[in-house]
Amino acid sequence: MAVYSDKIMDHFTNPRNVGEIPDADGVGEVGNPVCGDMMTFYIKVRDNRIEHVKFKTFGCGAAIAVSSMTSVMATGKTLEEAMQITPQGVADELGGLPKVKFHCSNLGADALHLAVNNYREKLGLPPLGEPVSAHDHDDDEDETPSCGSACAT
Amino acid sequence: MTEAYLDHVSATSVLSEVREAMLPWLGERYGNPSSLHSRGQKAREAMDSAREQVAALIGARPDEIIFTSCGTESNNLAVKGLAQASKGTHVLLSAIEHVSVLTPAKSLKRAGFEVETLPVDKYGMVNPADVAAKIRPDTALVSVMLANNEIGTIEPLAEISKITREKGVLLHSDAVAAAGSIPIDVVALGVDALSLAANQFYGPPGAAALWLKSGLKIARQLEGGFQEDGRRAGSENVPALAGMGKAAELARLEMSKRTAHLTGLRDRMLKEIPERVPHTFVTGHPTQRLPGHASFVIQFVEGEGMLLRLDLTGISVSSVSACTSKALKASHVLLAAGIDQTISQGSVVFSAGIMTTNEEIDYVMETLPQVIDRLRQMSPLYAKFLKENK
Repeated sequence: MAVYSDKIMDHFTNPRNVGEIPDADGVGEVGNPVCGDMMTFYIKVRDNRIEHVKFKTFGCGAAIAVSSMTSVMATGKTLEEAMQITPQGVADELGGLPKVKFHCSNLGADALHLAVNNYREKLGLPPLGEPVSAHDHDDDEDETPSCGSACAT
Repeated sequence: MTEAYLDHVSATSVLSEVREAMLPWLGERYGNPSSLHSRGQKAREAMDSAREQVAALIGARPDEIIFTSCGTESNNLAVKGLAQASKGTHVLLSAIEHVSVLTPAKSLKRAGFEVETLPVDKYGMVNPADVAAKIRPDTALVSVMLANNEIGTIEPLAEISKITREKGVLLHSDAVAAAGSIPIDVVALGVDALSLAANQFYGPPGAAALWLKSGLKIARQLEGGFQEDGRRAGSENVPALAGMGKAAELARLEMSKRTAHLTGLRDRMLKEIPERVPHTFVTGHPTQRLPGHASFVIQFVEGEGMLLRLDLTGISVSSVSACTSKALKASHVLLAAGIDQTISQGSVVFSAGIMTTNEEIDYVMETLPQVIDRLRQMSPLYAKFLKENK
């Protein structure tokens, strides 16, 4: 079996919504190039709904596919609905991610949530929920050092 | 689709002459070299001639060749076997050794050995003076690779061996990336043990060797029967070893022709890739490096994305970015050479082979800038760089 599914390769090869929104209503940035993956999400909001999403991503195939899928999932959603998008949900939509990639490359939802709350902050509104982090899912049975541990060294 | 296989550092193709040498042993010819009947003895003869061919490639005596199953096994046998057979308790390794040297050294450490690392300069080169300074009376073994697979740098082994011989310390060299690519004479190099693997020089996977200078003791790691003079147990892989012998013979006979061809391709890539792709730096030594090996870090892009996109265009390369590694760790080799972790994410290694053509390199020159441009267009790091440098 290939490392990445056809769906991941499709989003990696033809990523949707790549770019920046110069007059974005909200911007969210996550990751760290030292770790390997870094994503910036830009959103345009109208009537509490995400009208446009654009992103820029530095990272592996999974990171680019995750960003693309997250942008597709978020487009047209209300801010509350967007906050319900989780790393697991994005991975599921992509038909699953390789286990080692789940932790460090699945940051699209985080970046999106940060962009939503950046928008709310500008309006003086309290943040919505706690951003769901990919790093919350720690399975200890796996000895493979995660990106987090790589960065700690 | 145009294709360019530029990952010979990972695996080479098996030459047709090599395949011819193997095929009888996958068909009508069979037998265990340890058996006394004539079928067994024919297999023994095939192994003997492979041993002679492999020995000739590195200027060694046939009885000094211990056949193994892969480069990793050769390195495990050398590092653990030589240290365990020695009275010493201190092991010196270069910081850029392959994991198949580093990991056995870690288990020596757990068993009570002291393991010390030799630093490298920005080209990944060990300074022989550091070897001289770090050798102690209780040093059991020094291990420095002949050439590094990630950055291509060829280490000054002959200078290092002057020091180890003077001090009476054993020197092992992992020559897996080097053997078959550059001439090797174990006597001139002055080493005591050297690892090589067939699949790096157009032989089959599953066949490798450790050369061990005659008279030296080694603790065997694979225990069982008395194969390989009691130094490596296990029924021999006769088909693969017959292929390794043939591959070694071809490498020896064609060495100067191959080196000239590969050096030309390498120097083209080292010069033209940074010209065509701005913000690209050569890793490893500019001239003291494996023929055919051109390695770079390309800023603002990540190695795995680059590798996958190049693959879609028919170009096969490798990368040692953290995302590409199964352990998701930045390359210890690039770190040891002082390359920043963020920049090391843009690692890409082009390794040409004897069948690689200049047209294939033309295709890379045409394709690579487009691939990098596409990835940079979506890179937030590149966007930041452009804003800051407006």
